[in-house]
Amino acid sequence: MIELINIHKTFGKVQALQGVNLKAKAGTIHGVIGENGAGKSTLMKVLTGFITKTGGTILHNSVEIVCNSPADATRMGIGMLYQEPLDFPQLSVIDNFMAGADDFSPAQQRTTLAKLCDTFGFSLLPESRLEELTVGERQQLELMRLIRNGTKILILDEPTAGISEKQQELLFTALQTLKDDGATILLVSHKLEEVTSLCDTVTVLRQGKVVGEQHRPFQRDDLLKAMFDTLPEHNSPPEKKNNGSPVLEFNAVCSTVGRSGLKEISIDIHAGEVVGMAGVDGSGQSVFLKTSIGLLQPESGNISRLGQPPNISFGKKSRKTVFLPADRLSEGLFPGLNVREHHILATGNSVFLTSQKGLKKSQQAIDAYSIRGNPDTMIEDLSGGNQQRLLLSLIPDEVQLILMENPTRGLDVQSAAWTWKHLHKRLADNGAIVFASPDLEEIMEQATRVLVFYNGEILLDKPTDKTTYQEISRAITGQISKSPSHS
Amino acid sequence: MEITLSSLLAGIVIMAAPLVLAALGETLTEKAGVVNLSLDGTILLAAMTGFLVASKFQSLTLGFLVASKFQSLTLGFLAAALTGSGVAALLATIGVWLGQSQVAVGFALTFLCRDLAYFLGNPYARQKGPQLATLPIPGLSEIPFLGKVLFTHSAIVYVSFLAIPCCYYFFYHSRLGLIVRSVGENPEGCWARGINPISVQMLATIAGGALIGLAGAAFSLAVKPGWGHPQGCEGIGWIALALVIFGSWNPIRVVMGAYFFGLLQVLGIYFQDSFTSIPPQIFQVAPFPLMIFTLVLIHLSRNTKNRTIARWMRLFSGKPPKWIGRTYKQS
Repeated sequence: MIELINIHKTFGKVQALQGVNLKAKAGTIHGVIGENGAGKSTLMKVLTGFITKTGGTILHNSVEIVCNSPADATRMGIGMLYQEPLDFPQLSVIDNFMAGADDFSPAQQRTTLAKLCDTFGFSLLPESRLEELTVGERQQLELMRLIRNGTKILILDEPTAGISEKQQELLFTALQTLKDDGATILLVSHKLEEVTSLCDTVTVLRQGKVVGEQHRPFQRDDLLKAMFDTLPEHNSPPEKKNNGSPVLEFNAVCSTVGRSGLKEISIDIHAGEVVGMAGVDGSGQSVFLKTSIGLLQPESGNISRLGQPPNISFGKKSRKTVFLPADRLSEGLFPGLNVREHHILATGNSVFLTSQKGLKKSQQAIDAYSIRGNPDTMIEDLSGGNQQRLLLSLIPDEVQLILMENPTRGLDVQSAAWTWKHLHKRLADNGAIVFASPDLEEIMEQATRVLVFYNGEILLDKPTDKTTYQEISRAITGQISKSPSHS
Repeated sequence: MEITLSSLLAGIVIMAAPLVLAALGETLTEKAGVVNLSLDGTILLAAMTGFLVASKFQSLTLGFLVASKFQSLTLGFLAAALTGSGVAALLATIGVWLGQSQVAVGFALTFLCRDLAYFLGNPYARQKGPQLATLPIPGLSEIPFLGKVLFTHSAIVYVSFLAIPCCYYFFYHSRLGLIVRSVGENPEGCWARGINPISVQMLATIAGGALIGLAGAAFSLAVKPGWGHPQGCEGIGWIALALVIFGSWNPIRVVMGAYFFGLLQVLGIYFQDSFTSIPPQIFQVAPFPLMIFTLVLIHLSRNTKNRTIARWMRLFSGKPPKWIGRTYKQS
C-alpha cells in the first residue's frame, strides 16, 4: 500500500499541489482524474522522485520512504510510464530495454524481453530502432522494462493518449494481470470512460487539491461535477452575426502531428463567427490552429483559408490572417527588441522606416491600447497583459481571420475583459476569430460557436447558446458520440 | 626519394595517430551530448606540457634516482592527458554543471589554451628533448609488408590502434557505453531511469579530454617531436571536430576520416620533395581545404539519385546525438 500525506509542491509562485492525500492499496487500480493543470502529473512525478516535493510524507506499507530521485523510487519498486515517453528514439529496442539496467548481458536481456512480450501478447523486434515504432509500442516497451525492474507500484500517466484501440485492449489486459499479481497501479487519466471501467477507486483532483474520492460503483455525474467544479449558470454568449463568406474551410483533413493528430476534420467557419475550441491539451486544437496558419502541413484533405491554400504568405496577403500563439514571449514577440522596433517590423511595407516614424506609430499604439510602457521599453519588461495588448496593436487593419491559442493566458480579469472587448470590436462583421482555451467559461462567454476536440476529432460542434456546460464537459471527457457537423 | 607503398602506408599510420586519438576523444564527449570546442587549443597546451614534463624529468636526478628515458616519456604523456582532462573538466563544470553555453566556453578555452601554451612554452622552444623511439614488435614486425606498415612504430601509434576497438566495444557492447549514448539522446529519460545525466556528461567529457591530451603529446613527443611556435599541430583540433560530425558520431567512420587526412598529409610531404618549384607552404596547407572539400562531397552525395553511390553513402549516414550541445536542467 502506498500513502501520500499532505503533499505540497510549488513552482515559483504557483502552488501546483496544496496538501494532497491519497491512499492506494495493493492489488487495486487507483484512478486519478482531473482537468488540465489539476496537478495529476505533478503528484505522480513527486511519487517517483522525478520532481522533488516541497512538503509532505510518503508512506510505503506504513513506513516512511524518501524518494529524492527516480533512482530511489526504482529501488523501492516504484515505476512510472510518463505521458511523453522518456525513451531514446535513435537507439534500438533492446538498447532501450537495457539502458539503466543493473546487469548488462544482452543475450539474457533479449530472452527476458521475449518472455515478457509473450506474457503480454506484445510483438517487438529487439533490433528495430525505436523511432520506427508507434507511441503504443514504445509504451509497451516501457511497461515491460518497468516490470523487468521489479516494479510493484506502477504509475501510468494518460496511457491511452495516441494509441490504437488494439493496443489499448492489450494494455488493459496487461494491467489486469499485474493487478491480480498484487501490484498497486495508479492510473492518471482525463477519460472518465476508461477510468470507471478499469479502476477500483478514483480520486478527483482540482487545482492541486483532492475534491472527491469514490469507490466502485461510480457515480459518473458526481465525478464530472467534481472535476469541473460546480458548473456555473449559462452566461449570455455574444450575438452571432449573420453568416458571412467562408473564411476557413477544412475538408477531411488528416494530420499525424502531436499525440492525437487530426482525424478527418471537416468544418466551415464564416465571417462573423467567434469559434471557441475546448478539449484536453493535445486533443488536436493546437494542431488545428497551426495547420490553419500553414505552420504544419496536413497529411491529406483540403484546406482553404480566405479562398487560398493555407500557406504561410508574405507581403500584403500575410496581413489578412493573424496567429497569436500561446507562448507570447517566445513565439509571438522578439525578446531583446523594444516596443518601437516591433511596430517598425510590423509595418513591413517599406525598406527604410526612420525611427521617428516608428516612434510616432508606437506612441499612437501605446495610447490607443493603453500599454503600460514607452516606445523604448524592452518587450520582456512588459507584463503579460501589456505584451498581449502590444500583440493586439500589431494586428494589421486588413485582418480577416484571427487564430489564437489561450488568448488570455496569464492575464488578470480586467486585461482579459479588455482583450475580448477589443477583439470583438476589431472584427465587427468582416472577419472571424478562432481560439483555443482551457477555460470553459471564457468559451461560453466569448464564443458564438463551440468545438470540442477529443483525440483528434471534433466531438461537439454547436452554437454556444444551444449547448450547456454539462454537454461540453461530457464531450471533453469523451462521453458523447460524435455529433453530425453543423454549419 | 623513392616511394614504396609500405612506407607510404606506414607514414599515414603515424601521421594519423594523434588525430585518431583526438577524434575518438571528441566522439566520446559528443556521444554524451556535450560539445568540446576547446580541442585545438587543448592539443597545443597538452603538447607543450607533455614536452616540458618529459624533458624536465630527463635531466632530473634525485640522489641515486635517475629517471630513465622511458619513465620521463611516460610522465610526459601522463601530464598531457591530465592537461586535456583538466581543460575538459573546466568546460564540463561551466558548460554542463552550471549550464552555460558550451560553444561560448569552448571557444574561449581554445584561444586561452593556445596563447597559454605559446607563452608558458616560450623558454623551451626549439630545444632538444626526448622523443619516443620506434618499438618494432618482435615477430609481428617481420611479416612482409604488413610488418612494416603496422608493427614498426612508436608506442603511441600502437595506443592509437588499440583505442579504436576499445572505443567501439565501449560504445556498443558495454553498460557504461549504452548509458553514455542514452544521455546524449535524452538526459531526462536517463534521469527517469535512475541515472544522473550530469555526472555522466561530466565524466565522459573529462575522459574524452584525456584522449585529446594524449593526442597533444603524440605530436610533441613522437609525430612532430619538439616544441616551438608554431609546433606543427595547429589546426588539427578543428579537423578532428569536423571528422566527428562528418563521421556521423560513429567511431569507426570517424577513424576512417582520420586516416584519410593522414594520407593527404603524407602525400603533401612527398609532393613537396618532388615539385620543388612549387612553394612548400602549398603542400603543408593543402590537406586542410582538401579534407573539408572531401567531407562536403561525401555530405552532398548522400542525396544522390545514383543507386550505387547512394548505397555506399548510406554507410556514412547517421544522426547526431539528439541532445548535443544543449544543457540539461533538472526540474
